Amino acid sequence: MQVFIFDNTLDGLLTAVFDSFFLKQQPEYLLAEGDQLPLFADEPHHVITDSEHAERVWKGLEKYLSKEGLHMISVSWLSEEHTLNQPLFNFICKVFRTKVRELERNASDPDVLEVRNSCRRVLHEQLRMKQFIRFQKAKDGTYLAVISPDHNVLPLIIDHFQDRFNDQPWLIYDAHRHYGYYYDGSASPIRITFEDEAAVPFDLSNGKLDEDVLSENDKIFQDLWRTYFKAICIKERMNPKKQLSDMPRRYWKYMTEKNATQ
Amino acid sequence: MLNGIYLRLFLYLCSRMTEKTMEKLRILAESAKYDVSCSSSGTVRSGKKGMVGSTVGGVGICHSFADDGRCISLLKVMLTNYCMYDCAYCINRRTNDIRRATLSVSELEEIVMEFYRRNYIEGLFLSSGVVRNPDYTMERLTAIVRDLRTVHRFNGYIHLKTIPGASQELLQEAGLYADRMSINIEIPKEESLKALAPEKDHKSIFLPMTQIQQGVLENKEDRKKYRHAPRFVPAGQSTQMIVGATKETDLDILKMSNTMYQQPTMRRVYYSGYVSVNTYDPRLPVLKQPPLVRENRLYQADWLMRFYHFKVDEIVDDKHAHLDLDVDPKLGWALRHPEFFPVDINSAPYEDILRVPGIGVKSAVLIVNSRRFNRVTSYHLKKMGVVMKKAKYFITCGELTSSFSQPIIGINEIRPERLRPLLLSKAQQKRVAAEQQLMIDFGEDQNS
Repeated sequence: MQVFIFDNTLDGLLTAVFDSFFLKQQPEYLLAEGDQLPLFADEPHHVITDSEHAERVWKGLEKYLSKEGLHMISVSWLSEEHTLNQPLFNFICKVFRTKVRELERNASDPDVLEVRNSCRRVLHEQLRMKQFIRFQKAKDGTYLAVISPDHNVLPLIIDHFQDRFNDQPWLIYDAHRHYGYYYDGSASPIRITFEDEAAVPFDLSNGKLDEDVLSENDKIFQDLWRTYFKAICIKERMNPKKQLSDMPRRYWKYMTEKNATQ
Repeated sequence: MLNGIYLRLFLYLCSRMTEKTMEKLRILAESAKYDVSCSSSGTVRSGKKGMVGSTVGGVGICHSFADDGRCISLLKVMLTNYCMYDCAYCINRRTNDIRRATLSVSELEEIVMEFYRRNYIEGLFLSSGVVRNPDYTMERLTAIVRDLRTVHRFNGYIHLKTIPGASQELLQEAGLYADRMSINIEIPKEESLKALAPEKDHKSIFLPMTQIQQGVLENKEDRKKYRHAPRFVPAGQSTQMIVGATKETDLDILKMSNTMYQQPTMRRVYYSGYVSVNTYDPRLPVLKQPPLVRENRLYQADWLMRFYHFKVDEIVDDKHAHLDLDVDPKLGWALRHPEFFPVDINSAPYEDILRVPGIGVKSAVLIVNSRRFNRVTSYHLKKMGVVMKKAKYFITCGELTSSFSQPIIGINEIRPERLRPLLLSKAQQKRVAAEQQLMIDFGEDQNS
């Protein structure tokens, strides 16, 4: 049984595809480093990530897949789902083996369907971030929002926020992945990380800015928003089930209207 | 020392003002919430330098979901809930004894901008009770949206309610600033409307609708000639009908929506299950619960017309003037038309596949795309997300039947009347069974 092991990057996965064709070997399993080897595995082949080889594979994909298909691959990769590696690898191999154009449209292929569903989950969550991100204004005028999405969707949403709030400095920080994007109000957003996360002036568990850096009127608008949120509900039509399905509880901790307890 | 006193006074005034504002916002949101329109879709407008905001088009963005499960996309608020009209179904009618409030222009604008900058909302949904006369009210609404766009440089979504009977000049101006304008039909039949809302008639509703439509169409022509001509109501119009307040049938309601959708600028018709807000009025029914199931069925029918290529007379007709509350309208149609089935998944056109109960737009597109590569089987369908529990009676996928694939029994073998109970949900089955059970009256009441 042939096993490939790669370094859990997209380039690594593309290199694995390259190796598979170069060595004329079709591995049964593509594993990330640190994964448990299956029983009866031969000596695994360690894929050494080579950006040039990855580039060549990507160029090849561009020949066979539509723009949407390429987009589907790169977006699905952001899902960071462990179960995606194998289907994605199979799918890319299949593209080169069958040489069928626009194979990404074939939802009856189990591998394509897996990748497609991963991509759908990521896109769904990036929409949820656009919906549920809540900014607080700091004293220096920066707007802060903390998120911790299931998938790594932050790169997909910064364009939206830059376009929408192009005159206000903001920081969106992914507490789960320990990085964020800062936009200063004019130049393009930059990726930032904090050396010492304990020292940041906001609480990573609920996204709240510390009292002494919160701008003066921010509390007022938070309260106004909570008041509005309560007032807009029609009591005769209570439907908590629908609320939960559209706005799952895991997002509530960073949302102003749902984390009132200070 | 003196400074300290001033500061405290200032803070005191601030807090009083906000408390008042908070109360006003609460009252005016409660007054506005029975208007169900919420969408922020229809325009794509990216951000501009020096302006705040953008609109995304597509399905729009819902920023929150209230405890009643409805989406909160726009700040839905009334400028004032004082109203000179006395429409029986409306919470804000003149004769109602409710708390009244008016937001000042600056208050409202500040709330909109601050909410927007915190990503609470997608924009503003502004409505108002009619004060003094329609023109006066419309003028105030127009002034606010003009201010938002020109002074506050607000580039987000604005949905503006049209006041029935407002003059055309005002509509023309408001349309330059608003993304969507809407005026509610409320009651599909004029005689019922007149009975409930003596100050309104259909002319006062349809005239502004036509005027806005004309404006949009003229604007389209203009923009062909001058690319930078300002856009007029780019997201079109919407309207709303109340369900269950009067005796209109679903046929009347859907016929009306169908006429509405014939207009090029009408994008959405909303259906609002009547919530008994004015229980004392003898002209209105007293409902324990708003007719939520009926409302849901109407939306399903609406979707069939807009996305599933159904014609209105396929959904309701004189014989079936009301939608079936137990099964959704698409399944209802399928049960009435067994001759249309089975549909062959591998060869039928897209429009036919759309008509299969259990297959939605998304899976229909997947099927049509996938079958170019290989035959689609029931296993694939299940994986794609088709509800096979329903769909299996209406399709063939050219398979040899076995215990693993779809059963050979389709709608034509079972007959619709026997298939129907199989497709009801458990709860519905119980209810139907309870209704069919013979009730034996033991006369307990007389004995005890």
